[in-house]
Amino acid sequence: MKLPNFEYQAPASLAEAVALLAGADGQARPIAGGQSFLPIMAFRLAEPSMLVDLRNIPHLNKIDVSEKGVRIGAMVRWRDLLDDARLHEAFPLLPAAIDHVAHYQIRNRGTVGGSLAHADPAAEMPTIALTCDAQIEVVGSQGTRMIAAADLFTGPLMTSLASDEIIVSVHFAVWPATRRWGFQEFSRRRGDFALCGVALSYDEDPQGKACNVRIGAISMGDTPLLLTRAEATLTGQSVDAVAIAAAAAAASAEVDPAGDIHASARYRKSLVGTLLSRALEDASHRKVN
Amino acid sequence: MSITFEVNGKAVAVDVTPRMTLADCLRHELKLTGTHVGCEHGVCGACTVIVNGDAVRSCLMLAVQAQGASVTTVEGLSQAEGLTPLQTAFKTHHALQCGFCTPGMLTTLHALLSEEPDASEERIRDVISGNLCRCTGYITIIEAAMDARASYQQGRSDKS
Repeated sequence: MKLPNFEYQAPASLAEAVALLAGADGQARPIAGGQSFLPIMAFRLAEPSMLVDLRNIPHLNKIDVSEKGVRIGAMVRWRDLLDDARLHEAFPLLPAAIDHVAHYQIRNRGTVGGSLAHADPAAEMPTIALTCDAQIEVVGSQGTRMIAAADLFTGPLMTSLASDEIIVSVHFAVWPATRRWGFQEFSRRRGDFALCGVALSYDEDPQGKACNVRIGAISMGDTPLLLTRAEATLTGQSVDAVAIAAAAAAASAEVDPAGDIHASARYRKSLVGTLLSRALEDASHRKVN
Repeated sequence: MSITFEVNGKAVAVDVTPRMTLADCLRHELKLTGTHVGCEHGVCGACTVIVNGDAVRSCLMLAVQAQGASVTTVEGLSQAEGLTPLQTAFKTHHALQCGFCTPGMLTTLHALLSEEPDASEERIRDVISGNLCRCTGYITIIEAAMDARASYQQGRSDKS
């Protein structure tokens, strides 16, 4: 499938990129790594009049780890994340999840900002952003604003971004060293789209009970999902076999995934419980500082 | 649009429309038909080339995005007439039958082993899971890659 026709621009600044998008009547699209968007165009699911390539814009490919948390530039590639040793300490859930993103060659071009803007409910990054309360920094002709991940994803491949807005970076709050976390994903072949995935974190209060429980699910609906009933089931509990079983049952009961050629809805509902159990087992047994 | 970049060590200049992928540019404009085009949407890995040292899918990259880049295709793996140690290992282990996936396998494994000459069998399996082969069953490809590691390890000690 050859791509449809479009005009191509690769401006050297964010201001120029925004101006190009703003001047195109909503028909232009920014492009980062293009690993999802070029196939979308090949299938004629999108036919923008112009692609505004962000590759020449400086400073979008930085990863900052500081006392304020982790800030990841929009053009940071998956392989850059995996290669950054600091993240394994500062935000271990992220590299654990990103290790499941696509295949080797795709990880050399696919980007964090591109994945967030693409908003695929089967992708890892949107669910991590939602689970960890990320703030997404965007710039448009109205200026700069921060969007909470919970407000970014509005539907399958749909976001609250305006047509002239570009994601600049994603911010995560400081991750306490004692925080427990788990990530589990299942696909038919590693690197393929997830049939289901679960990302979770929680802290332990002085009595050893779970608090600040966050559980996100991949491929369970039209957007990344928080499993709020499973979170409530775990909150205030010791994470033992009984609590894990109760949380897994709650998770399976609260999701309503669609069935397709890859797996039935019933199988997927069962799978989210299984993966949540495994992620909680990992989290509760992992050594923390 | 006019673009200039480097292919297999030689500077090239081409005039392409923005919609042309790097794969089609290599094949149609530069007549380097060693790069094979299978699925054209980033699933099969046959079109893998090396851009600035990284293995990438040339069907998921526009030719205009290669402006200023250094591209290596399967034709550029061996400089002289002969085969590279990796290619020789493919021959020795019968790691190809129809040959359609072979350029993508070779470029992917060359990029991997250049960067990670000690890659484990598990790592090699994981990396080539993004390259579909319908003939060999992969076992012989993995054997060839494991066998070729020695030459990349040798290359590293030569440099140091």
